[in-house]
Amino acid sequence: MSEREAMDFDVVIVGGGPAGLAAAIRLRQLRPEATVCLIEKGSEIGAHIVSGAVIEPRALDELLPDWRTMDSPVKTAVSEEEMYFLTETKGYRIPALDRVMPHLANHGNYVVSLGEVCRWLAGVAEEMGVEIYPGFAGAEVLIENNRVVGVATGDMGITRDGEHGPNYAPGMELRGKYTLFAEGCRGSLTKRVMAHYDLRKGVDPQTYGLGIKEVWEIPPEKHRPGLVMHSFGWPLDDHTYGGSWLYHFGENLVSYGFVTGLDYENTWLSPFDEMQRTKLHPVFRPHFEGGRRLIYGARALSEGGLQSIPRLTFPGGALIGDSAGFLNTPKIKGTHTAMKSGMLAAEAVVEALATERVEPGSFTQRVRNSWLYEELKSARNIRPAFARWGMKAGALYAGVDAMLLRGRAPWTLHYRHADNETLRPASLSEPISYPKPDGKITFDKLSSVFLSNTNHAEDQPVHLHVENMPLWKTVNWDVFRAPESRYCPAGVYEVADQETDPRLVINSQNCVHCKTCDIKDPAQNIDWVTPEGGGGPNYPAGM
Amino acid sequence: MTVLVFVETEAGQVRQASRSAIAAAEKLGDVHALVVGDAAASEAAAAAAAKVPGVAKVLKAGADVLAHDLAEPLADLIVSLAGNYTHLLAASSAIGKNVMPRVAALLDVQPIPDVMAIVDADTFVRPIYAGNALATVKSSDAKKVLTIRAASFDPAPAEGGSAPVEAVNVTVQDTTSRFVSQHTPTSDRPELESARVIVSGGRGLQSGENFHKYLEPLADKLGAAIGASRVAVDSGYVPNDCQVGQTGKIVAPELYIAVGISGAIQHLAGMKDSKVIVAINKDPEAPIVQVADYSLIGDLFEIVPELTAAL
Amino acid sequence: MKILVPVKRVVDYNIKVRVKSDGTGVETAGLKMSMNPFDEIAVEEAVRLREKGAATEVVAVSIGVQQAQDTLRTALAMGADRAILVLTEESPEPLAVAKILKVLVEREKPELAFLGKQAIDDDMNATGQMLAGLLGWPQGTFASKVEIVDGRAEVTREIDGGSETVSLTLPAIVTADLRLNEPRYASLPNIMKAKKKPLETLQGADLGVDLTRRLTTVSVAEPPSRKAGVTVKSVAELVEKLRNEAKVI
Ligand SMILES: Cc1cc2nc3c(=O)[nH]c(=O)nc-3n(C[C@H](O)[C@H](O)[C@H](O)COP(=O)(O)OP(=O)(O)OC[C@H]3O[C@@H](n4cnc5c(N)ncnc54)[C@H](O)[C@@H]3O)c2cc1C
Ligand SMILES: Cc1cc2nc3c(=O)[nH]c(=O)nc-3n(C[C@H](O)[C@H](O)[C@H](O)COP(=O)(O)OP(=O)(O)OC[C@H]3O[C@@H](n4cnc5c(N)ncnc54)[C@H](O)[C@@H]3O)c2cc1C
Ligand code: SF4
Repeated sequence: MSEREAMDFDVVIVGGGPAGLAAAIRLRQLRPEATVCLIEKGSEIGAHIVSGAVIEPRALDELLPDWRTMDSPVKTAVSEEEMYFLTETKGYRIPALDRVMPHLANHGNYVVSLGEVCRWLAGVAEEMGVEIYPGFAGAEVLIENNRVVGVATGDMGITRDGEHGPNYAPGMELRGKYTLFAEGCRGSLTKRVMAHYDLRKGVDPQTYGLGIKEVWEIPPEKHRPGLVMHSFGWPLDDHTYGGSWLYHFGENLVSYGFVTGLDYENTWLSPFDEMQRTKLHPVFRPHFEGGRRLIYGARALSEGGLQSIPRLTFPGGALIGDSAGFLNTPKIKGTHTAMKSGMLAAEAVVEALATERVEPGSFTQRVRNSWLYEELKSARNIRPAFARWGMKAGALYAGVDAMLLRGRAPWTLHYRHADNETLRPASLSEPISYPKPDGKITFDKLSSVFLSNTNHAEDQPVHLHVENMPLWKTVNWDVFRAPESRYCPAGVYEVADQETDPRLVINSQNCVHCKTCDIKDPAQNIDWVTPEGGGGPNYPAGM
Repeated sequence: MTVLVFVETEAGQVRQASRSAIAAAEKLGDVHALVVGDAAASEAAAAAAAKVPGVAKVLKAGADVLAHDLAEPLADLIVSLAGNYTHLLAASSAIGKNVMPRVAALLDVQPIPDVMAIVDADTFVRPIYAGNALATVKSSDAKKVLTIRAASFDPAPAEGGSAPVEAVNVTVQDTTSRFVSQHTPTSDRPELESARVIVSGGRGLQSGENFHKYLEPLADKLGAAIGASRVAVDSGYVPNDCQVGQTGKIVAPELYIAVGISGAIQHLAGMKDSKVIVAINKDPEAPIVQVADYSLIGDLFEIVPELTAAL
Repeated sequence: MKILVPVKRVVDYNIKVRVKSDGTGVETAGLKMSMNPFDEIAVEEAVRLREKGAATEVVAVSIGVQQAQDTLRTALAMGADRAILVLTEESPEPLAVAKILKVLVEREKPELAFLGKQAIDDDMNATGQMLAGLLGWPQGTFASKVEIVDGRAEVTREIDGGSETVSLTLPAIVTADLRLNEPRYASLPNIMKAKKKPLETLQGADLGVDLTRRLTTVSVAEPPSRKAGVTVKSVAELVEKLRNEAKVI
């Protein structure tokens, strides 16, 4: 360990998404002399960002009040909005959307590529003196005297067998008076910190969704910039939470994707195939005809909302953004909340820096006093209602909640299960038959992963740790017939020799870092750790 | 228009790549072929070049300084002959790629490497981004310096012509570069990247033993190199350096036989430029069948031995 | 001995580029850019020569837009001692690049210029040879091994079907092939330190080199996709087709 070099900063930020970048910018705004270092595991900022994204500019207005005069990639204002309930052959458009589902009303919002927004914010942050190092993953939390004192980046050049290869380069300790974890949904270091400080004590389990996304280029005559569409219902059954989005933005681009609630029960369900087949529905199909698919990606999102937010601070740091679970699920928006949480954490850290407090504890109070808390509070019952009563009744509840209760119901619905506990055994699950890809509108997994530009240096240890292989056989295979081979959107998990001696093959090179296996594995037997920095997808502009 | 083609020979024959360059040159004008070597080698090379139909004249440059195709004297020689030629061509071979850009620099010309198609005397098609895009470029230089991608032009026949041979007076000298040694691997198995034929195996082979038992005899018969899919490599059937594809080697042999390989896009990325692709697969809907020139559907463990026997 | 290493900023090797739908070029906006992989190999070899004591200084040069600075920082993090950025509006053609490099060679007087064998965007495979021609220096292209022996460079070159070794007087040009070495990582501490190494910026327009392009791109297209061929019924039919139709065996 002693061979590792170390460097001291006032604040170390792990993760260059909206939360981490907003925190970095706010820190330098409030305390220009603070040294701020931000690391990002993607090969560049934005390389690992998957989002819709229709964003609310509220937090951006507060962070950079004159952003509208800057050269930002926030350009396409929402112009039209459509919400559909789908049956297999028909789509019913929901009327008076802004009244029935006000959380989905998007007037004043923008359709963006969140990756591009992050690249832009990173440029702003760097100009303000933030040191940003993409291509380096935080691999280890440094804890001394029960205080987080920073993180260490991963070693480079370790071979597949765990030996030091010829290009071995040890990781580096980035030591900070305060460390902010902004790893997004299901952060791998966040997981360690939560366990170490027992931050989840007394809160509901976090629940998640898996979003799988494609970006298309469509003929200009079909393009309706600012069009925002959502659907629920078919192809999912009433017990499965989820739905699709389709946004027109940029230069003839379409963002399309599908979120599947990871509390789904049917082990045969394949989120990837649900996403593919939804494109064939008459409501969506015309948007794709004559177009070409450019990018593919996937990422989990935290759906629990207020009930699932853990304790936010600990000695030496705080959790921000989707790492903490600040996403507003009914709105499917987490960007503005991630940014706001980052800004509030920055304010708390600046205060703590001045008073040399160990824990930036005022963060929690700042959240409580902000619109962020109000927003999550009024949304808190909607997602659990879906979990309890299914899609149709849940939608009804959502409507009632919005129109009559206005989010001020005197009760709070709780989540009963973590997502890994909900699967039914293969024998009790109804098999699903998905259509074969047609190569024009629908595609197979491997040619999809190709469009994520994913790669990992070949000679490195597998970053998907299956802690106990025999357990895989008795639980994952014998009971559930390898659900990971279906939910993984990148074809990482395959079962070889199914007839004779089933064994799990892990194509870790394909991994797009969505974190679903870490979440959904029934026995919590798969641990996602950071691979060598720079590995993973390389989502280009437009994603 | 008259065109000068630098021609390589081997064992008394004009190399196929150079015959492709001659075929390309014929589209541009009358073809003069330049052969070099020491006195004896240039004599033999000139005789071979004279037999290629389409060659109007052979220029023979024999001198010790030209014995090893070193770029420095060879470029000076070509520049000294460039005079009235509109186009200077060579194959996109190791020698052509080494010498032609140097020639171009000396003539103050921007060379055009890897030409795949000739649109007109000034306009050419060439691959960029590893062949993921084809650029049509137009040159404003008075003289064009081109290297020709062999796979894109059917080679001129080796026999049938009888062009006159003219000896060139060689005055070029060079003291900066000296040939030391050459090393051609003695293994019977050609290297993957330069092999004319590749036999490649995937998960369908099921084991390293089966590679040995089924693929090697076929490869031996064909004088082929052995390739593999990533699954075959990851499963330990064959070593890492056999992998063909996006993260493995990029190959473009004349014949690529994919045995028990499904043809995932990442594999295709490494071999789709092969001239002829054969798929041996039990699944008629495997993606490899969509790109193969010839597909044979069935069990590889029956087909491969039968094929080996039939060759 | 001073070594000059020209490094080019190109679309990252992991990114699949796509042809613009109007056929005017390849879409490069918003793509991750990196150092040309062959240039990383060249930098690595130059740094190793310095570490072995065979060279005293490694100077990285890039010609192109302002962002090529990032590429130079990577070279510095890998161990180059200083860097020169020649600013131009876009990355010029190899002929112009070679002419600019010639000016720099005359200024810096290196004994070795170490280039990548080709850049993975234009795939020209030309710049090193052209620079050698312009300078009248010997060239060791497609190098898989380089040794400095008795004031000469012994270069083993990859050629069709094997390799050959040539011995070059210095100064000389060497271009790196894939097998020359496996470049090191630019480690985080070294990236931090590289920020403090000297990086000089020159204006391309001031160097007296004509940057006018000789080639104009008429159009760019996607390669035609392969079409499914025929399904043969038997081994005999396959052999017959390969012999008589495809003529490949
Ligand atoms: C499919 C989908 C659709 C969505 N649609 C919308 C929408 O329309 N509107 C909206 O407002 N929100 C939307 N969201 C939510 C929104 O994208 C997130 O809430 C937001 O991105 C969270 O920001 P963050 O900074 O917390 O995390 P992220 O954006 O996830 O960023 C985290 C960053 O940290 C990096 N990182 C993680 N671990 C490490 C480590 N150990 N070391 C170094 N770096 C690390 C990651 O690579 C990543 O770049 C969507 C999310 C998804 C998945
Ligand atoms: C980032 C990334 C990089 C990658 N890089 C590469 C790469 O460089 N190279 C590469 O190859 N792959 C690469 N892959 C993996 C690629 O996606 C595929 O997984 C892989 O190519 C599949 O190998 P395969 O065809 O051998 O196996 P499979 O896809 O399992 O195909 C086996 C085939 O054998 C056939 N078969 C089985 N038994 C028989 C029999 N008895 N007789 C006849 N046919 C039979 C089956 O019908 C099937 O078509 C990469 C993937 C990613 C995500
Ligand atoms: S291996 Fe896990 S994290 Fe990686 S893509 Fe698959 S499900 Fe997502």
